[in-house]
Amino acid sequence: MRKSPANNMMLQTAMRYITIIVFAFSFYLFFAGHNSPGGGFIGGLMTASAFLILYLAFDKKIMKKVIPFDFTVLIGIGLLFGVGTGIASMLFDYPFLTQFFDYFPIPFFGDVELTTALSFDLGVYLVVVGAAMSIILVIAGDDE
Amino acid sequence: MNNIIILPIIIPFIVGALLIIFAKHHKLQRVISGLTSIILLLFAIYLAVLVYMDGIIVLEAGDWPAPFGIVLVADMFATLMLLLTAILAIACLFFAFKTITPKRERFYFYPFYFFLLVGVNGAFLTGDIFNLFVFFEVLLLASYGLIVHGGTKYQLRESFKYVIINVFTSALFVVAVAWLYSVTGTLNMAHLSERVAELEQTGVVNTIAMMLFIVFATKGALFPLYFWLPKSYFGPPAAIAALFGGLLTKVGIYAIIRVFTLIFYHDAGYTHKTIITIAAGFTMLLGVLGAVSQFDFKRILSYHIISQVGYMVMGLGIFTPLAVAGAIYYIAHHMIVKTALFLFEGATKRVTGVSDLKQMGGLLKTHPWLAWLFFITAISLAGIPPFSGFFSKFPIILAGFQEGQYVIAGVALLVGLLTLFSMMKIFSYVFWGKQKHTEEQANIKIGKLLAPIAPLVALTIILGLAAEPMFQYSLEVAEQIMDPQIYVDSVLKE
Repeated sequence: MRKSPANNMMLQTAMRYITIIVFAFSFYLFFAGHNSPGGGFIGGLMTASAFLILYLAFDKKIMKKVIPFDFTVLIGIGLLFGVGTGIASMLFDYPFLTQFFDYFPIPFFGDVELTTALSFDLGVYLVVVGAAMSIILVIAGDDE
Repeated sequence: MNNIIILPIIIPFIVGALLIIFAKHHKLQRVISGLTSIILLLFAIYLAVLVYMDGIIVLEAGDWPAPFGIVLVADMFATLMLLLTAILAIACLFFAFKTITPKRERFYFYPFYFFLLVGVNGAFLTGDIFNLFVFFEVLLLASYGLIVHGGTKYQLRESFKYVIINVFTSALFVVAVAWLYSVTGTLNMAHLSERVAELEQTGVVNTIAMMLFIVFATKGALFPLYFWLPKSYFGPPAAIAALFGGLLTKVGIYAIIRVFTLIFYHDAGYTHKTIITIAAGFTMLLGVLGAVSQFDFKRILSYHIISQVGYMVMGLGIFTPLAVAGAIYYIAHHMIVKTALFLFEGATKRVTGVSDLKQMGGLLKTHPWLAWLFFITAISLAGIPPFSGFFSKFPIILAGFQEGQYVIAGVALLVGLLTLFSMMKIFSYVFWGKQKHTEEQANIKIGKLLAPIAPLVALTIILGLAAEPMFQYSLEVAEQIMDPQIYVDSVLKE
């Protein structure tokens, strides 16, 4: 990524707040998923775009200090979450990838549907964030 | 529950994911991947024995009943392929330990390797034709990563073509599957088998069958769709080329055999005895002619993949239990021998630094073990008894004569002769003659490189000497796949 010009106050100040909104929206999309539009894939893309505007506003070097881990690791962790969901049902003697759901009363939110598909979605989410960010950062770092 | 048959897919999957996380730790990566490949091999043996004893095992993934959900089916053919895959994977992996540079290792060599195995094992096990497409994509994506791995200029150029041709065929695959779905209303292979039997395989069903044949023929490198293979397999290092040469085209052949014994077997006079047989004949002949005309170790081997694939499809084309059994035996023989030959190429290159035949010579004196192990494998490929090549060609050609298919049987015999010729060309150029490598190169020790190949050579000898029980086994496999009712009943449980 190109070195951002030193005098970028407007962008940097605005991005601090915009990022929070985008992050919040991405989490909303993530939890909305499964039965209505949303889910791990689109949530992950939205999160990746939130990271990306941070990268745009600040420098790659500064961001490296803020986010010290490698995004490719997220791909591995996400894949493990996904396959782990399938294996969990195997441990209870159901076929691979059998999914379960039930409604639980949770204070304030009321009856909430909790599904095992959510952890699978979390896996997808992590893979998408990891893959999208690594692709973008690799291409952006091409001219170094 | 039958969850056990998903393990060949999820073990490499978990390991692949773990290896992404530990991509920077060389030692750990090697330990994990080495152990996993051993576990996979032991498990594949166990599964093959289990299915041989108890019959077909079916898993309905996600607890969705058969025609609606995706099923995984482990029959004898699938478990045999799993076993062969595990053998190749272990040999190529241990060869890679010695030859892949640390720089390449860091760039996710091992994760790609295991995701390739996920795709291959999945393609063998799945009982759903769309899922077959998905697993094809998994293995192709991993293979794109591996074939360009290292990023030399040649690799980048040739893998681009590889990617294009495969993306195109994958698109064609989806079109064919969609068409099949619109005609039959199902994607479950067992269910498809029933529906196509009811429809009577004519008109549009035959067209779809041929479209699927084109798709798998491209992946399996059959005439006239093999042009991508020789150049793209030339680029990557020996360990990867060996795995590809042994494994990937055979997934296409597996899919052809599966689809044309389970689903589209009603119009055998047209599909099998005409189209497939003609394609097989030209594949064998043109593949071997390509090999004869080459003067590069690796390119000769790549062209031989093509000509050998022709034999397997010829077995299917003749379509008697004996011929199909021969084809299955041939797949086993070919996967082992071809991988071994590619690895020998890698070992030779370690010594001489080149793969051009004319720049090599006299290796017999300096590296006798390499020479003689190569010799055994080479004449096994050409079909000289008592090695496995003879006993795999014999039933196919015999069945060809029995069925009155004299032309194709004659072609097969001729191709065997030309194979012998080009193998001997390699042997005489590389191992005989004047020593063309320096004294320094002559002292390079390659014992460690030969260690992973030696078991493969031993296997081709065993497959030849113990041909009776081995062939009995492949005859049973053939009888199982030639009677689709067994497969259908065990999936749909009627």
